[in-house]
Amino acid sequence: MRWRRYGEHAALLDCASLEEMSAARATLTEAALDGVTEIVPGARTLLVVASTSALEAARSLLASADLDHPPAGDAREVVLDVRYSGEDLSLVAEDAGLSVAEVVALHTRAVYTVAFTGFAPGFGYLAGLPAELQQSRLSSPRTRVPAGSVAIADEYTGVYPRESPGGWRLIGHTEVTLFEPSAAQPALFTPGLRVRFRSV
Amino acid sequence: MRALEIVSPGSLALVQDLGRPGYAHLGVPPSGALDVAALRLGNRLVGNPEDAAGIETVLGGLTVRAVVSCTAAVTGPPVAVSVDGRETGSHTPIPLRPSQKLTIGRPATGLRCYLAVSGGIAVPPVLGSRSTDVLSGLGPSPLEAGASVPLGPVTGVPSGADVVTASSAPPQLAVPVLLGPRDDWFADARASLNAQWTVTAESNRVGVRLDGPPLRRVSTSELPSEGVLTGAIQVPPNGLPLVFLADHPTTGGYPVIAVVRRGSLGALAQARPGTLVRFHASF
Repeated sequence: MRWRRYGEHAALLDCASLEEMSAARATLTEAALDGVTEIVPGARTLLVVASTSALEAARSLLASADLDHPPAGDAREVVLDVRYSGEDLSLVAEDAGLSVAEVVALHTRAVYTVAFTGFAPGFGYLAGLPAELQQSRLSSPRTRVPAGSVAIADEYTGVYPRESPGGWRLIGHTEVTLFEPSAAQPALFTPGLRVRFRSV
Repeated sequence: MRALEIVSPGSLALVQDLGRPGYAHLGVPPSGALDVAALRLGNRLVGNPEDAAGIETVLGGLTVRAVVSCTAAVTGPPVAVSVDGRETGSHTPIPLRPSQKLTIGRPATGLRCYLAVSGGIAVPPVLGSRSTDVLSGLGPSPLEAGASVPLGPVTGVPSGADVVTASSAPPQLAVPVLLGPRDDWFADARASLNAQWTVTAESNRVGVRLDGPPLRRVSTSELPSEGVLTGAIQVPPNGLPLVFLADHPTTGGYPVIAVVRRGSLGALAQARPGTLVRFHASF
């Protein structure tokens, strides 16, 4: 782990792995330190926006924390019903050397964790995609991806919360609302949440 | 109902307050007024709390009609302001009677003027803010001619004593930055940032895009996506930096070479295409 300065009011924690980042995020979130205004996870980093004294407290907390045994935090799990009929499903199967049924079986068998968010409100990068399904983004992104599209790219799977451009490979569709700004919990996907997909 | 009617929005008129910080972990940009000091000043002039919502315009051109008696003020760069065709001036409280029309001219320098109105713009907040986020689509749509925007209840009295001198946006900006977090990905980050950059026309509320001598990377690795903040100077593969403003995405996949000091963000947001920028880095 290494802290890097990020402007006047923040610091970025470089982590060795997604697991270490997730453990640091869970530890810091659980501690709920006064003066911390944002904890923004990335793929290998944690960005902490806080007062100078709170940054110092975060630094010493994580220096002494047992990141091999982080707090369990939010142990919720959601299951999303998916129609596996995405436009790129056969391409994914072909590139993986698998049948479509095998792709669906692999995607539904895994348990995913919301590692970090970004791209759009409510969009989560879900870690835990089986190695056989890890494929690059499309060489030419689509200008319109429908809301609810379930997609994969690199080591992640995700769901488009609203219609937007996008370069991930589309494998299915869910009716679940991922972002509702007027709700008490506006985003379904929060960092640390466990997610499974069920074929319907 | 206390309201304001939009007669003409000009090229772009958006409702803005101080934004919706605190939701970055859900992928929600901070949004909010780009020239925070100008919005706060406008609110003080009309007797509002500083965080009330006003209207952010690009290159003026906004005309509004008062539906009820209210007090208005226009801030940002110096700009002509008239009421029913009579010049009143910017940076001062302007009393409006029902059906009077206030027009903001085109500022000679700078980009964004702010209209504050007593009571504040009272459209329904989204995640605690009334700001329009052009990246994620949260908040009200850009204002259109004929729209009626609600005003909140008046909570204070207009400032009588504020003597405000408006400062023009300069044609050249010296912008203080703090190096990092990824300055070590670049060859001689400090000196390279000190080159002469030009603000391009592709700039918007997401970020200020700059043209100049491309920043050279020494690391060719791919950067896994990481959190970004307002003021972060991100460098895409073409080496031309982008300074993130309030509607920036919450994570990004290109290295951030340095971060602009918060006190200079307003000036950067007022920089027109063609403005020359030099970054002065300290550790």
